[in-house]
Amino acid sequence: MNLKTKNIETDILIVGGGTAGCFAAITIAENSDAKVIIAEKANIKRSGCLAAGVNALNAYIVKGQTPENYLTYTKNDAEGVVREDLVYTIAQKLNQVTKKVEDLGLVILKDEAGEYVSRGNRNIKINGENIKPILADAVSKLPNVTVINRMNIIDYILKAGKIIGAYGFSLDTAVLYVISAKAVICTTGGAAGLYKPNNPGFSKHKMWYSPFNTGAGYAMGIRAGAEMTTFEMRFIALRCKDTIAPTGTIAQGIGAQQTNSKGEEYEKNYGIPKTSIRMYSTVMENQKGKGPCYLQTAGISQEQEQDLYKAYLNMAPAQTLSWLENGKGPANENVEIEGTEPYIVGGHTASGYWIDTNRATTIQGLYAAGDVAGGSPQKYVTGCFAEGEMAAVAAVAYIQGKAITSPEMQDVERKAGAVNAFFTNEQGLYTVEQIEEAMQKIMDEYAGGISSGYVFNLSKLQVAKRQIKDLLQLSYKLKAHDLHELMLIYEVIDRLYVCDTLIQHLGARKETRWHTFQENADYPERDDANWLKYVNSRFSEGEVKIILRDLVKKDDIYEHKD
Amino acid sequence: MSIKIDIHKCTGCGKCREVCPGSLLAEDPAGKTQIKYPKECWGCTSCVKECNFNAIQYYLGADMGGKGSYLYTKQEGQLLHWIIVAPDGSKQILTIDKRQANAY
Repeated sequence: MNLKTKNIETDILIVGGGTAGCFAAITIAENSDAKVIIAEKANIKRSGCLAAGVNALNAYIVKGQTPENYLTYTKNDAEGVVREDLVYTIAQKLNQVTKKVEDLGLVILKDEAGEYVSRGNRNIKINGENIKPILADAVSKLPNVTVINRMNIIDYILKAGKIIGAYGFSLDTAVLYVISAKAVICTTGGAAGLYKPNNPGFSKHKMWYSPFNTGAGYAMGIRAGAEMTTFEMRFIALRCKDTIAPTGTIAQGIGAQQTNSKGEEYEKNYGIPKTSIRMYSTVMENQKGKGPCYLQTAGISQEQEQDLYKAYLNMAPAQTLSWLENGKGPANENVEIEGTEPYIVGGHTASGYWIDTNRATTIQGLYAAGDVAGGSPQKYVTGCFAEGEMAAVAAVAYIQGKAITSPEMQDVERKAGAVNAFFTNEQGLYTVEQIEEAMQKIMDEYAGGISSGYVFNLSKLQVAKRQIKDLLQLSYKLKAHDLHELMLIYEVIDRLYVCDTLIQHLGARKETRWHTFQENADYPERDDANWLKYVNSRFSEGEVKIILRDLVKKDDIYEHKD
Repeated sequence: MSIKIDIHKCTGCGKCREVCPGSLLAEDPAGKTQIKYPKECWGCTSCVKECNFNAIQYYLGADMGGKGSYLYTKQEGQLLHWIIVAPDGSKQILTIDKRQANAY
């Protein structure tokens, strides 16, 4: 097989048609007549992390709360290190974007007075099983937006430090697309599959975050020299055992407490309850020999049980199937919980592109939104909408008066040569599956995965760094037999780039700020005197170089200067 | 975690192939759909909900405690029926009205 190049042009290219990407496209169409291409690796109807649906909107300013409260909560939960400007600008938009998606057809629970019914201080209840089809349907009605499904974007095209487009290949025909654009919005999501997952072989992909979110956006940015932030704040989710289904629905929905095998409620023994402490306390109870740990559901009513069955069918159907096929629902038996492998995901924690307040990255013409954008944890679905909207508005402003810049012929030829090399490589000893397994084993053992209780130290990170670099060299010798295999090779290369940056970040923060997420055995205490700052990085000349930056406050308008 | 496709029920319409977020489904020489990469399945049920012919059976791997049950779905206007079939053939049906939000 040999990919032939084909040139296409657009005003704005959106890479990834998930939550943020679709909302960005809708916003551009509302505010301009710019031509837009959404390049999507799968099909926007069910792509990204919302494929199965979502059970609640977890970022909403409910009655009696304010955007300021939202910022305070998020900042405390993240132990003080967030981009306040980013979190606050999202918080101000949460309710407006929620109304917009309700108008598109999302069902939101209301009381008799027509007010949304809240679940706690920041959440509202929905039927989100079809949230992606709703978004995809809205996008399909936009005359200036072209969706190209099954198009895998692999790298940005730059000229004089400015973005001028991206390269991608089709999963159906032997074509390497050279897309020229005045601006690019990256909305590819976060990265799963870096670490050895909970389930072995056959069910290895039964993970919380989408296994098809492979960190492509991060990796493309890293290779292009974009500044990244806070990769060391990994996200580790507390999940139902085996199915890796969410636990918040049970914990918040019916108020179930976390208990150990002795029936003791243990979370309160580990300080103020925070997202990372819920996880940390469970790890510690297991290490003390007090596992398995559970959410205490036994004794709930039959009606509550039926409601849970339905809630899980709308987002994680494997959990309902598991309850029913084992003949023991949550009313009869407590739900066992465990921690997942670590993910890099900017919608939950703060890893991702270092962006200004308008969502511009450090590369001129490149914007980022959603899970791929850093600095603002707990944005969830509605925060991704809000950020998609802001990136879109900024990109529309940027392209005014700009013309399309064509890439240099020799650059295109070089890229085509590099891509086609995977078809002409000799079949060697190793397959892409072996490289992926090796990467996950290294990260698990040496960079704080499940088997090491999420703990790492500098000596281990040095081993991880060396071995990940070796794997990256091996991966360029892999052979692809078809377009799907070519995609898998690019995915593993992207993950290795993300791992390399992650390892540098883990080693750079010489304290422990977020238990389990970033558990540095060399520096087990939180150190506010030295580490109330962001750990950022930039990749140049083959090395990840760390940059430390001061905290940005709520009313600051942050602009990239150096 | 994966799916099994009943080739006797599959009509080869291809709707499931279009939506799979992992591009894991392919057309076999007879024009039917096959799951080409069963271990890569995330378990999102996107394909199951596209199939109007009950041809896709969604099941838990033995490594997840699966014991031989499977599920499929049936759309009926605003209703989505989830049908869970036990190894002895007995069925349980859970019906979700798409117009209603979750209780939790």
